[in-house]
Amino acid sequence: MVDSVFGQSIPRKEDDRFLTGRGSFVADMVLPGTVYASFVRSPYAHARIKRISGARAQRSPGVLGVFTATDLKGEVGDIPCAWPVSNANIKTPAYPPLARDVVRYQGEAVAVVVAEDPYLAEDARELVEVEYAPLPVVVNHEEAVKKGAPQLHAEVPENVAFRWGIKGGDVDAAFREADVTISQRFVNQRLQPSAIEPRASLATYDPGTKELTVYLTSQNPHIHRLLFSLILNIPEQRIRVVAPDIGGAFGSKLACYPWDAVVAHLAIRLGRPVKWVEDRTENYHGTNHGRDQVQYVDLAAKADGTILGIRVNALVNLGAYLSTAGPGSPTILFGFMVGGCYTIKAAKVDVTGVFTNTTPTDIYRGAGRPEALFLVERMVDILARRLKKDPAEIRRKNFIPTDKFPYQIALGLTYDSGNYPAALDKALDLVAYKNIREEQAKARKQGRLIGIGLSSYVEICGLGPSNIVNSTGFAGGLWGSSVVRLHPTGKVTVYTGGHPHGQGEETTFAQVVSKELGMPVEDIDVVHGDTKSTPMGMGTYGSRTTPVEGGSLALSARKIRDKARKIAAHLLEAREEDLEFADGKFTVKGSTKAKTIQEVAWAAYMGGNLPEGMEPVLDATTFYDPKNFVFPFGTHACVVEVDKDTGAVKIRRYVAVDDCGPQINPMIVEGQVHGGVLQGLAQAMLEQTVYDASGNLLTNSLLEYLVPTALEAPAIETAYTVTPSPHNPIGVKGVGETGTIAASQAYVNAVCDALGVDHIDMPITPEKVWRILHRK
Amino acid sequence: MQARSFDYVRPATIAQALKVLGEGGGRAKVLAGGQSLIPVLKLRLAEPRLLVDIGRIPGLAFIQERKDGLRIGAMTRHRDLEQSKLIRERYPILADTASSLGDPQVRNLGTIGGSLAHADPASDWGAALLAFETELVARGPNGTRVIPIDRFFRDTFKTALRAKELLTEIRVPKSAKRDGGAYLKLKRKTGDFATIGVAAQLGLNEKGSVAVVRIGLASVGPTPIRAKRAEEALLGRKAGPTAFAESAKAAALEARPTSDLRGSEEYKRAMVEVYARRALELATHRAGR
Amino acid sequence: MATKRRASRAKRPPPGGNGGHVISINVNGTKYTRPVEPRVLLVDFLRDDLRLTGTHVGCDTSHCGACTVLLDGEAVKSCTMLAVQADGRSVTTIEGLAQRGRLHPVQEAFKAHHGLQCGFCTPGVVLAAVDLLQRNTEPSEDEIRVAISGNLCRCTGYVNIVRSIEAAAAEVGRFEGG
Repeated sequence: MVDSVFGQSIPRKEDDRFLTGRGSFVADMVLPGTVYASFVRSPYAHARIKRISGARAQRSPGVLGVFTATDLKGEVGDIPCAWPVSNANIKTPAYPPLARDVVRYQGEAVAVVVAEDPYLAEDARELVEVEYAPLPVVVNHEEAVKKGAPQLHAEVPENVAFRWGIKGGDVDAAFREADVTISQRFVNQRLQPSAIEPRASLATYDPGTKELTVYLTSQNPHIHRLLFSLILNIPEQRIRVVAPDIGGAFGSKLACYPWDAVVAHLAIRLGRPVKWVEDRTENYHGTNHGRDQVQYVDLAAKADGTILGIRVNALVNLGAYLSTAGPGSPTILFGFMVGGCYTIKAAKVDVTGVFTNTTPTDIYRGAGRPEALFLVERMVDILARRLKKDPAEIRRKNFIPTDKFPYQIALGLTYDSGNYPAALDKALDLVAYKNIREEQAKARKQGRLIGIGLSSYVEICGLGPSNIVNSTGFAGGLWGSSVVRLHPTGKVTVYTGGHPHGQGEETTFAQVVSKELGMPVEDIDVVHGDTKSTPMGMGTYGSRTTPVEGGSLALSARKIRDKARKIAAHLLEAREEDLEFADGKFTVKGSTKAKTIQEVAWAAYMGGNLPEGMEPVLDATTFYDPKNFVFPFGTHACVVEVDKDTGAVKIRRYVAVDDCGPQINPMIVEGQVHGGVLQGLAQAMLEQTVYDASGNLLTNSLLEYLVPTALEAPAIETAYTVTPSPHNPIGVKGVGETGTIAASQAYVNAVCDALGVDHIDMPITPEKVWRILHRK
Repeated sequence: MQARSFDYVRPATIAQALKVLGEGGGRAKVLAGGQSLIPVLKLRLAEPRLLVDIGRIPGLAFIQERKDGLRIGAMTRHRDLEQSKLIRERYPILADTASSLGDPQVRNLGTIGGSLAHADPASDWGAALLAFETELVARGPNGTRVIPIDRFFRDTFKTALRAKELLTEIRVPKSAKRDGGAYLKLKRKTGDFATIGVAAQLGLNEKGSVAVVRIGLASVGPTPIRAKRAEEALLGRKAGPTAFAESAKAAALEARPTSDLRGSEEYKRAMVEVYARRALELATHRAGR
Repeated sequence: MATKRRASRAKRPPPGGNGGHVISINVNGTKYTRPVEPRVLLVDFLRDDLRLTGTHVGCDTSHCGACTVLLDGEAVKSCTMLAVQADGRSVTTIEGLAQRGRLHPVQEAFKAHHGLQCGFCTPGVVLAAVDLLQRNTEPSEDEIRVAISGNLCRCTGYVNIVRSIEAAAAEVGRFEGG
């Protein structure tokens, strides 16, 4: 009897290797003869390279070579952008693998040294002589578009990479009809993803098979393979990218980084495996930053709190170059979601992408949705303040009604399913909203400041339907892929095009297949990350693995089941309709004649006794193109108390009510909520990338870039509603980013509520609070 | 990040250590717990030619209470000070300090002597020990000398220790019956240096007036400093909110913080006042035990 | 100016001369005697020389704690120690925690309570927890959070890590060996 484990919090299959130190991360890998690369990076944010000499470095012990852009000419091409958003007049200036003539951000590499061991490589790196002629620097995007600002790329006037916009409904009419309009400027500050594992690559070339293998800290090995093929001009089928265990990514291991391409080339050039492991300083300078938008938002509403329209004018800081998916997150994934959970009939969003002398920005957990939901949830609270209404009731009043799904919003997207009032009510109930308001009033009389902030969200994930995605300019479809293969001995190997790195799909996918095929989870192994064994795949990001890769998986498993049923019927000499399938067994109704699916797998493998015309072996492949995105939703509530003397804010309670549809493994879902919430809170409380006016990255270590420890992390209470996605094969939505999308504004709403102010920009440091309290 | 090459020696005795330091020609550095030095070496911010590891020299790590006060060996780890029953009960200001520093792993290796000799302006030990008439014992080629703490910190990363000297002991005068102290550290998050730190150790007489008080401040100048005017504002007065408020105000004025990523000068100064008041309150509460 | 040439000089200074030292260190119950340059960090010695790659490197400034090992039973950051400092001492890495094929209660608890996601910080956190529970078998939540305050986790939000350690506390006394 096989218990269906779908829906159960079974322990994870992947844990054993991590708990015993047997994970296989790129930095752990060594091949015979490996040599080590070390990159020489510009200390200047903007400078002309006058001269580079590697002569002294060359003579340093153990050095095999020193290379610059000149040496790569004709061998390593420029780094392409895979998401040059359409209808935005986007400029795609060259993004060289090593700087050619000009460096455009602090940390851009100008040369690479290869030596026999990493210590010697670092010693030699210091001996590379580079003469720079500094150029004027601009680090702020609002400054960069002004007349007279330093220009980064000759072909990009005003440093404007793109102007993108969408609209729906009649925004001008909405503002004319409004009883009240609110305007607010928001800064969604630049962040550093800070996965604990720094990035690394290890490349090796086999001159016999002419195959290049790259072990890479990648969230999407097939995409990296494609890009390496273009950049290195090597036939795609002769490149193998292996993404082994990855120590967290949060979007920062999605992009194609120039130095990985350089490492791959050097392996071919030098005939030795070449390894490069970035240190944290390099990670902070070079691995993509996230967010960095300035937003000017106007909201139009009626006196009764009905929101009529929203207008957003945003500038996003792209950094010095277009990163692989850089333009897409602040446009597509941002713009469409500014209406949030509400029936806002008119919306207009304009986003200007700007180059500055800073690290390129790209996907970071939430990718555009935190920026969108933050602004709308803040505007709702400001509106509530203006109208002196309860922020919970304003939300409720404007929610998309539950009976209206699938619901097409003014901007054209169709939300698949939702029940926003249920999540709100649950959150209000769990946090004891009425009691908190009473306590708040009492406390105020005693001079204590308590605040409560709500954050209702809906977000777009499960990327995504290829036709929509293609139309946005993304150079790829976002279908999911899977192979389900039954072995003659009755075991299962699942190959997926996703590449989980902490999200637990080695377990949850086994649970999905277990449910479909009635086979024990222990017998089902999930393989991912190696382009040589897995089907063409799109990787893991955008909370797509469970809905899209998992959807593909369910369909493959069902194909297997359907074929197995036919074989079982054949073997049992019964009609298919007369068979029942339960607990992994096909039984002829009303009899004991049965075949287990394992027996069917053996028969399929044997091949000699199968229905006429049927191919042997139980093996199914599915490329699943979802019909729509999925739209998880929820309401979070945050209760804070403020220390009036110091401005320090303490989180007294944090309640998260989320709906990602049916949960394959509730424990894993909860883990994603915890992690996402803390990252969202960290943006609101602690984290911020800081550059000085010369383009020096001041937050270049974990000393200055403030990632929370267990002592800064609050208790996080979770609860759920379950509203399936009608179009997904297993009804599931994503949940990997919801916490990050909801939490920042829950916190800011709470602090603003405590202080009785409209807005405070993140991170809300104690000093900012103190200044408000002490009128400074 | 990897350090540049250096030579390494691990003397077995103080005499050997002094000999090696003497021959070092100024480019030898003492390696105590390494929690300040090794990060500096890894970031290549310093290039010693020789590291002198004093970690195995016996007799340098101890916590003893004598008739005249506390004696702490320079190689005593923060962790041992944090967990010492004697320290927690009789010198809680020092337990506060030990547990405010770094994180558990850092405290398991880092030493009070190493921290003092490193002389970071944010030095928690510096501020806390300034709250006593602490004496620092140094051994050199010419013998032993005692350096009063008021003369120990010269400048950022610079102490009165000479290149060929070794800090061996810290002497804290006896805690009297109605003594109390506290060290309060404002920081952005765990493991951060102090945004500001205030150490206050005071002694009350039978009438509840402040008979003796010393206040040390961290992160508000090129070195840890004493807030002498804050002390004067309190001396002889009844311990209580009015006196504390005035003393705290004086401490804030004496502080010389600079604006940086931890906060503006204005905010830091204001926090010195808040934390000084709170430290004095806690110290008084402990004095009343 | 690129040149492809084989390095003709010695890769590192030879052991015993020009800075090389020979150290003896007990790791997970086995004694290793190896030559090592003074500047080599303990974490690199463990990972590169002994090929015990379960201890990880996550930062440059001793903040992340992914490199945590037990030195004579106490949690330390092996990236902030020189291998030569560990001469004559004993080190326990994550690989040495399980005894005779049995997972340590902390490891079991992390698995039961989903105390890990990507697994990169996990060895460090587990060893910090082991250190705590060796000294305190009934830690409060705050004591647990303090004990792991030197370990950064970007995935879990720490909630399940704390739950795991609470659960392990009850079991630790019954575990043999170590």
